[in-house]
Amino acid sequence: MSIAVEVRDVRRSFTRRDGIFAARSSIRAVDGVSFSLESGGVLGIVGESGCGKSTLGRMILGLQPPDAGEILIEGQSLASMDRRTRARLIQPVFQDPFSSLNPRQRIGDIVGLPLAAQGAISGAQQRDQAAEMLTRVGLSAAIMERFPAQLSGGQRQRVAIARALVLRPRIVICDEPTSALDVSVQAQILNLLAELRRDLGLTYVFISHNLAVVEHIATEVAVMYLGRFVECAPSEALFHDPRHPYTRALLASVLTAEPGIPIPDVGLGDTYPDPANIPNGCRFHPRCRFAQDRCRSEAPLGHIAGDRLVECWYADNDSS
Amino acid sequence: MKPVLEIENLRVGFPDGTAAVRGVSLRVGRGETHCLVGESGCGKSVTALAAMNLLPRGATRSADVMRFHDEDLTRLSERQTSRLRGARMAMIFQEPMTSLNPAYTIGSQMTEVFQRHRHATRAQGMDRAAELLERVGITAPGMRLAQYPHQLSGGLRQRTMIAMALMCDPELLIADEPTTALDVTVQAQILRLLQTLQRELGLAVLLITHDLGIVARMAQRVSVMYAGQVVESGSAADLFGAPTHPYTRGLLACIPIPGKTPRDQPLGSIPGSVPKTGAEFAGCAFRDRCTYATADCAGTIPHRTVATDHRTLCTMVPA
Repeated sequence: MSIAVEVRDVRRSFTRRDGIFAARSSIRAVDGVSFSLESGGVLGIVGESGCGKSTLGRMILGLQPPDAGEILIEGQSLASMDRRTRARLIQPVFQDPFSSLNPRQRIGDIVGLPLAAQGAISGAQQRDQAAEMLTRVGLSAAIMERFPAQLSGGQRQRVAIARALVLRPRIVICDEPTSALDVSVQAQILNLLAELRRDLGLTYVFISHNLAVVEHIATEVAVMYLGRFVECAPSEALFHDPRHPYTRALLASVLTAEPGIPIPDVGLGDTYPDPANIPNGCRFHPRCRFAQDRCRSEAPLGHIAGDRLVECWYADNDSS
Repeated sequence: MKPVLEIENLRVGFPDGTAAVRGVSLRVGRGETHCLVGESGCGKSVTALAAMNLLPRGATRSADVMRFHDEDLTRLSERQTSRLRGARMAMIFQEPMTSLNPAYTIGSQMTEVFQRHRHATRAQGMDRAAELLERVGITAPGMRLAQYPHQLSGGLRQRTMIAMALMCDPELLIADEPTTALDVTVQAQILRLLQTLQRELGLAVLLITHDLGIVARMAQRVSVMYAGQVVESGSAADLFGAPTHPYTRGLLACIPIPGKTPRDQPLGSIPGSVPKTGAEFAGCAFRDRCTYATADCAGTIPHRTVATDHRTLCTMVPA
């Protein structure tokens, strides 16, 4: 199996000012992430808002350069790739199909634009390929004359997917692709993404806060907390035997549609993570009910427990 | 037992001709959580706003019965409703950042309701606010009262909204998507809090959500809304255990349950989209998306009783 995406110790910070007179503070949005993803795989990245998952996605897309570290797409360095090559390899699908489509362009032009940007293609070919891709994602080619405002949320997300796939990329970065959609539509889009991956041999990085959705689609899952992967494992293993206390808390907080089960006490306390102020030692220790002295002073960076990355000193101990 | 809120055949129309709510009936009893569930645009929020008399200008509202305890809400003047609203009937919204005023401190916003409805002094209001902030699990309430909304995290803001809604000891709490803007871990905390408060204060809660996971864990009674109608209603056990309406069944098949839904198979999904429903719309609004639809579905659809307190709006269920 070849490696589709390889990320090596990538970092990215931003500076923030809380007010006109406040001092600048530095936010470490992504703080040393490494992984490699085989082609045809789906890496699900889950975490709370502000954990850095979207920043990581934008870096893999080449929309934001990392401050440090390296990203390889199919063995080539992303930093040294020109925009056209990059666009042929890797494409995004974003959360909100209401803001990611230009309201003044017709659907045909929206989907054809990536082709036009590559150059050396006639208008007729462009339209043919756009029409073919729209049919592929379950829309009729007649939709090409319409504007985004005339479509429903689900149709718009299909258009966004068609636009991402029209160049036949190898990798698609899906950043919360179903979060803005109703459940019945969400299921349609998830099914479509799964089908396209199988038929076209795509690799996905699937960013979401919804664990149930990630469990359904991902082959590998990474749990992100304050800019780092705190646990990363094959999907089955992670959902059946979560090792990091944060992963366990996240799983416990998923409310499945099963009546009669009480709402869980997630036990994370009232301290909220602040990426401008990452705690010393283990970054999760202020919210961890199992924290020991060692967790407060020494960070379990890159800690491996058994067969997987689990950044927790006590992950090897049997679950209690 | 007499319900706290009782609505019979509520209809709401908008000036553009859409009939947002088309004959909704529901009851919420004391100490009961009634979940109103449905997808965007189904009329669940409009139903709540109609009960609070907070519909946008130009909207029309009619109902056979709309009663809060003994008060006939259809006959009250705006002035009389405003006396109930915020005092005996309270409401919390989805996005606490937009429903709190950014220019005033938490303390002054919380006391305003109390001073207005209870004719209390500011100091009394502050005492009550501090007591309630503590009640909803906010530490150092004294400090929080002096802070502005932007200084609080999303979870704290939603706790503050809940505390504010409780200032005047309401009997009915309408919560419109109270945790949709929050992270899952915080969502669980807020829902636990709502549940505890409801039990201890005997609140009647009308909880509006699109999330069937929340419904399963919170509701005693559930009404499923589609295109302005309640298509199925019953106890949570009935709705999840023996759903009868094809829409309810379709919704339940759409959501993956970790560890239970087979991973290599497609999820259930509902094809098509919701039709536009004007005032003259007749028949079952779901028929174009329903695999069981017959010619009968274009006619008038009677409410059918499946079991005690379990009603459905579908021709498939025998009368």
